[in-house]
Amino acid sequence: MKKNIAIKVENLSKQYRLGEIGTGSLSHDLNRFFAKIRGKEDPYSIIGQTNDRTATAESDYVWALKDINFEVEQGEVLGIIGRNGAGKSTLLKLISQITAPTTGAIKAKGRIASLLEVGTGMHPEMTARENIFLNGAILGMTKKEIKAKLDEIIDFAGCQLYIDTPLKRFSSGMRVRLGFAVAAFLEPEILIVDEVLAVGDAEFQKKAIGKMKDISAGGGRTVLFVSHNMASVINLCTTGIVLENGQITFNGSANDAVDCYLKNSTKTSNNRKWDLVNAPGNEKIKVTEISIKESDGKTNFTIDSKLTLSYKLYTQIENATLGTTIVIKNSKEDIIFSDGAIIASDRNSKKGFYFVQVNFPYKILNSDSYSIDLIVGENRRYALLNEENILNFEILFGGNIKHDKKLPGIIYQELNWSIKHSEEV
Amino acid sequence: MSKQWDIIIQPKRNVLDINLKQLYKYKDLLFLFVKRDVVTIYKQTILGPIWFFVQPVLTMVIYVFVFGKIANISTDGIPQPLFYLSGIVMWNYFAESFNQTADTFTKNANLFGKVFFPRLIVPLSKVLSALIKFVIQFLLFLALYLYFLFNTNVIHPSYLIVLLPILLLLMAGLGLGFGLIFSSLTTKYKDLKFLIQFGVQLLMYATPIIYPLSTIPGKYQFWIKLNPITHIIETFKSIFLGSGQFSTNGLLYACVFTLFILTLGVLIFNKTEQKFMDTV
Repeated sequence: MKKNIAIKVENLSKQYRLGEIGTGSLSHDLNRFFAKIRGKEDPYSIIGQTNDRTATAESDYVWALKDINFEVEQGEVLGIIGRNGAGKSTLLKLISQITAPTTGAIKAKGRIASLLEVGTGMHPEMTARENIFLNGAILGMTKKEIKAKLDEIIDFAGCQLYIDTPLKRFSSGMRVRLGFAVAAFLEPEILIVDEVLAVGDAEFQKKAIGKMKDISAGGGRTVLFVSHNMASVINLCTTGIVLENGQITFNGSANDAVDCYLKNSTKTSNNRKWDLVNAPGNEKIKVTEISIKESDGKTNFTIDSKLTLSYKLYTQIENATLGTTIVIKNSKEDIIFSDGAIIASDRNSKKGFYFVQVNFPYKILNSDSYSIDLIVGENRRYALLNEENILNFEILFGGNIKHDKKLPGIIYQELNWSIKHSEEV
Repeated sequence: MSKQWDIIIQPKRNVLDINLKQLYKYKDLLFLFVKRDVVTIYKQTILGPIWFFVQPVLTMVIYVFVFGKIANISTDGIPQPLFYLSGIVMWNYFAESFNQTADTFTKNANLFGKVFFPRLIVPLSKVLSALIKFVIQFLLFLALYLYFLFNTNVIHPSYLIVLLPILLLLMAGLGLGFGLIFSSLTTKYKDLKFLIQFGVQLLMYATPIIYPLSTIPGKYQFWIKLNPITHIIETFKSIFLGSGQFSTNGLLYACVFTLFILTLGVLIFNKTEQKFMDTV
């Protein structure tokens, strides 16, 4: 079996210094230098701990990535998923040559173009046309290449009218469109994309995703895609890797990678507990526990899951009227719904714990990732507590439902249909 | 299956591994950066590029007043405005090349953190932009020069005027070389930023800009001549005005010095660009 490998990553590691760089860096440099001239190993490369946010610092150095190995075939779309700080961005930075690895090597065939941000280097005082050339050149195109594609780029961005207007007069959405349009016509052999699709309006996102699919399918190009949006990973990628604490914990098909990631992430963010000192909130009110559970105890939520959200509040306030509200948002930060209830009415709140439990409607939330904001207010007027994204959960496509494929829509809804047939008018 | 990799990314590059081919591939970017620098500086200004004239003219007027009229420093018989302006225009090219390149990493951290291209393109573009600014200011000098050339008989140009491009190359090389070294060091040790600010100012007084080298007492001449820019400025004054000290050895010294600083700068810069994102 002949495989055409586009990128090969071997034993890749990246070490970062913890704490403030600069303090003591001169002495570390000198230590390194003396070790080097005595022919010894770098005294700081031996130590260093794994990239685990929850651990406390034991040494000054941390491995943001440790011993990463994987291969990407030509034409493959690889999704890289992982929690915040798992090392995704570091990996992309290494592959796009923004910073050098500490050990290991990356080997690639063809030109690599990275899209860690759209419109990099654009200058607000210059016109859209000038900026297309500047941005294209920064991304590695020659003037000739840009000239040949100029009309297509302008067309894709949809800004014919403003082509000779300075960029500073553009809305931020228009700037993003322009930036993405340039990148879309870049035609590198390897394209690296970091969640840039999270911007722009729906129509443009669709266009951008379609374009990315074309890039990999039509041109045999390889795409590396990092996203928190599981739906677009499944939609776009053929394979996936999951990063956790700087190491690869899964490498396989995109669907399996997403499943694996969700299984691991739900353990921690579906159910959160704090002790009274560290609990989020303030002196007046704190959240000490919050969890979302399925009635059958399943950890994978699907569209038909009957979900119950429960949380525990600790309050010091007496003789107040307390109310609580939850806001459910999807991965695009659209608010799906919000609702609230009175915890203590008629100014009779008491010190201590309040246990809140609320059942979600089922077969409403479409498959997506969701986050919950928790708000507690006093006397219907003051917000005592507003914890954004206090809990995250994912709804997978599946369960006992009518459809076998994810349907578009912010919510999921099965309707009652009635159909009659007649041969006459 | 052939294992022909186009790109291999490894922890440490060889010190001498400078990818000139890659640099050449990005030449369009170089010129677009120059265009950006020149076009955007004076957008939404009324006078536009005329501002390039204002700074040297005002500086010259102040020098004539302070150093010429009050301090009474000799100009070797050369009309004061012309003497000062020749020094200012040349010095500006060095200072601009140096100042604009010395903060390459810190100023472009945002850009460098998002996309890869040969980092050397940025300082090179700054030196080219400075050259455009120099040419405009040089025209001003030329106008004044021709006026004095035809109206007085104190100016004696030499056929060695053809050396001007070499002088410019030396100025650019020194500015770029020092700029590259400082930009690399400031990524880690930000203290240097403060040094640069007044360092350039001090260096100007150690260069025969506001005084001719001939007025310096013998025992200090050695120190002033250690400064390679001294020889460049003196050569410039000698070939255009016929007043400075033209010394082949001095010019050779300046050439060797420039080559050394430029090589050192490129090597240090090349080493820094791989990892500076972690420290900046």
